[in-house]
Amino acid sequence: MSIRATGVTKRFGDFVALDDVSVEIPTGSLTALLGPSGGGKSTLLRIIAGLEQPDSGRIEIAGEDHTTLPPQRRNVGFVFQHYAAFKHLSVRRNVAFGLEIRKRPKDEVKRRVDELLRLVHLEQFGDRLPSQLSGGQRQRMALARALAVEPKVMLLDEPFGALDAKVRKELRDWLRRLHDEVHVTTVFVTHDQEEAMDVADEIVVINNGVVEQVGPPDELYDRPANDFVMSFLGPVTRLGGKLVRPHDLEVFSEPDTGTVPATVVRLVRLGFEVKVDVVVGDEELWVQLTRGEADRLALGPGSPIHLRALGAVSRPPARAH
Amino acid sequence: MFGAGLATMWLSLLVLIPLAAVVWRAQEDGAGAFWDAVTAPEAAAAIRLTVVASFIVALVNVVFGTLIAWVLVRDDFRGKRIVEALIDLPFALPTIVAGLVLLALYGVGSPVGITLAYTRAGVVVALLFVTLPFVVRTVQPVLLEFDWEMEEAAASLGASRLTTFRRVVLPNLLPAISAGTALAFARAISEFGSTVLISGNLPFKTKVAAVHIYGQIETDNTTGAAAVATVLLVVALVVLVGLDMLQRWAARRA
Amino acid sequence: MRDGPRRSRLGLRVVALAYLAMLLVLPVGLVFWRTFEHGVGPVLDALGDPSVLHAFKVTGIVAFWTVLLNTVFGVGVAVLLVRHRFPGRRALSAFIDLPLAVSPVVVGLALILAYGKFAPIGGWLEARGIQMIFALPGMVLATVFVSLPLVVREVAPVLEEIGIEQEQAAWTLGAGKVQTFKRITLPSIRWALAYGVVLTLARALGEYGAVAVVSGRLVDKTQTVTLVVEERFQNFDQTTAYAASVALAAVAVVILVVINLLRPDERNR
Repeated sequence: MSIRATGVTKRFGDFVALDDVSVEIPTGSLTALLGPSGGGKSTLLRIIAGLEQPDSGRIEIAGEDHTTLPPQRRNVGFVFQHYAAFKHLSVRRNVAFGLEIRKRPKDEVKRRVDELLRLVHLEQFGDRLPSQLSGGQRQRMALARALAVEPKVMLLDEPFGALDAKVRKELRDWLRRLHDEVHVTTVFVTHDQEEAMDVADEIVVINNGVVEQVGPPDELYDRPANDFVMSFLGPVTRLGGKLVRPHDLEVFSEPDTGTVPATVVRLVRLGFEVKVDVVVGDEELWVQLTRGEADRLALGPGSPIHLRALGAVSRPPARAH
Repeated sequence: MFGAGLATMWLSLLVLIPLAAVVWRAQEDGAGAFWDAVTAPEAAAAIRLTVVASFIVALVNVVFGTLIAWVLVRDDFRGKRIVEALIDLPFALPTIVAGLVLLALYGVGSPVGITLAYTRAGVVVALLFVTLPFVVRTVQPVLLEFDWEMEEAAASLGASRLTTFRRVVLPNLLPAISAGTALAFARAISEFGSTVLISGNLPFKTKVAAVHIYGQIETDNTTGAAAVATVLLVVALVVLVGLDMLQRWAARRA
Repeated sequence: MRDGPRRSRLGLRVVALAYLAMLLVLPVGLVFWRTFEHGVGPVLDALGDPSVLHAFKVTGIVAFWTVLLNTVFGVGVAVLLVRHRFPGRRALSAFIDLPLAVSPVVVGLALILAYGKFAPIGGWLEARGIQMIFALPGMVLATVFVSLPLVVREVAPVLEEIGIEQEQAAWTLGAGKVQTFKRITLPSIRWALAYGVVLTLARALGEYGAVAVVSGRLVDKTQTVTLVVEERFQNFDQTTAYAASVALAAVAVVILVVINLLRPDERNR
């Protein structure tokens, strides 16, 4: 089911968390709300779930107005960063909760819970309490609990934020595969651009309460709408006052069309990659090369080189300082 | 908000309106009548005894409360768990029963040869009984969480055990000790049941303020009762507000 | 120093235990011993006295209503203070603690002045056939007053600690406010609530001063067990005074055991 937010504004006292935000999330997609902490992305997610009320604006799910509907009646699955496991209930009872609320027959509940526990690989842990699970297992339980009620949409608020790096990576791949299996419209909040690029097929970049750009990961990376999106989605450096990606700088030993002269300051080898610090006039920047390129150019501190931004040939040469 | 309104209404009917009625009754006949009621020789003697006895009780609690908390945290002996549980007995035991058991041991014909019945010392012992848990229970958790490395650091710097206690341990316990002491003092000021039997309620000698108020109610002098009650209320409020300020100050410092 | 020289540690221990013995153990033990000096028979006879039995009934009724009212009020106010923001919230929180600072006798006086026959509210109720003072309603009010903060102060910190996310998760799964409270909130606070209820019960069974003032001490009518203890003792019926005291003390000991099982640091283990 699709989600549409139109003109959503939310203030907390003087702080504007969301300023006239409009977003449309298509049916069946896996969308990331990406942005720095405090940028408003979690607030938007909570407003979609009905856990916060917007000051103005409208929320539609599957084409129906949900703006004033309480969370109980939205039928969304919500997964919290810190799991929000029901500590006094077993894993099984946690997953069954929504079905019990809906007074489904006992055998149906059992069947569905078994199926979900298998799906999240917790079938042997059904009778444990949440406190006897690891963080990753608890989060998978929370996912199964949210999926149990066959929600119209799944909303995940920094779902991997409380987990360590290795488990995080595993859960990411797993979420991707899970989405391919169940196909429910899924929105997750993250401040980690790598996580967003890795998992999502659509990214909404939110900063300071406004949407900066919406699009597939590649498009955002290659054609960022502004400097903020460009610097948030990947490494950047500055040539002639303009932001460029360090791997999009070409290095020549002789002058060429549109190049500017530069001097190598330092080389740092990071395995296959080489990070080259250079100066152009009084401007400091860095270039990312492969080991082979660096060796071919025989670079060392003090080497004179010539730089050109990739795809900048047709543009006028950068101004020299 | 419906819930807040309901809670406020219940609180008003139960606590605020009745207490306001006490203060209202106290000043109804004018400031002069109020002053006369609280400075009448018998009332003044009762208030003085209550304040002085509560003060002594607070001081004894500082020493013994801290000492007992210390022993419960730092010492280990058989039956410690029972002693630990016993500390709360004064909270669980009805005050009139507390007075009765003290009178059994320290009354006329005391089996241990100490007769405190109908004396001011008896009043103090009764107040010590009911206030026992306050300092122990506020100091104990602080001692449990205490960073003993501070103490070891002081020792490694050459401080003697007494100096270490005085200069390192005590300052860290001080907020908890004062909180417990303030609570004990407020309780002692308002205590009634435990003193009734052991004190004999002798005017000018062993009658505490609460018993004096009770006597005034019995003789239908509610204005006199309200005047002394207002004094007790004010003293208790000053102590508790002071405690609150102290705790805020300590929290800011921590 | 943590292990300190044995001698000074022993010294402190002896002083502390001696203080507790003289103040608590010997007096309470002596009354138990004297009560059962001549066997259980006289104790049972004394407790079988119709007036004493009636007093137990009155104490039971007052304690029941006190626990019920303070449980409802305590949980409600704790939820209100922790989960909601409204004007006057800090004032409400401060006033909840006020009863701890008020002498039981002053509580009694306050209720007489507000709900006595000659007071505006009391007179209005009296005209409608509702007697508050020198009757059970007043005694319940007095006992509720003195034990007002006990449940709130146990439940509120636990509510604060568990946070609101579990409740929000229940909402998104379709649980209404009442269902969420019953299935999620209540089970999370059950130990703290039990602790607060036990404290309230202890206070209600043992209350003397406030009840002495508002009950009018009418034998066979408004007399509670604590009032029996005092009345019989003053009238030189030591056997009954001791027997009733021991009965109350026995309840206190049971309560102590329960309190120790429910204490916060125990239940986290």
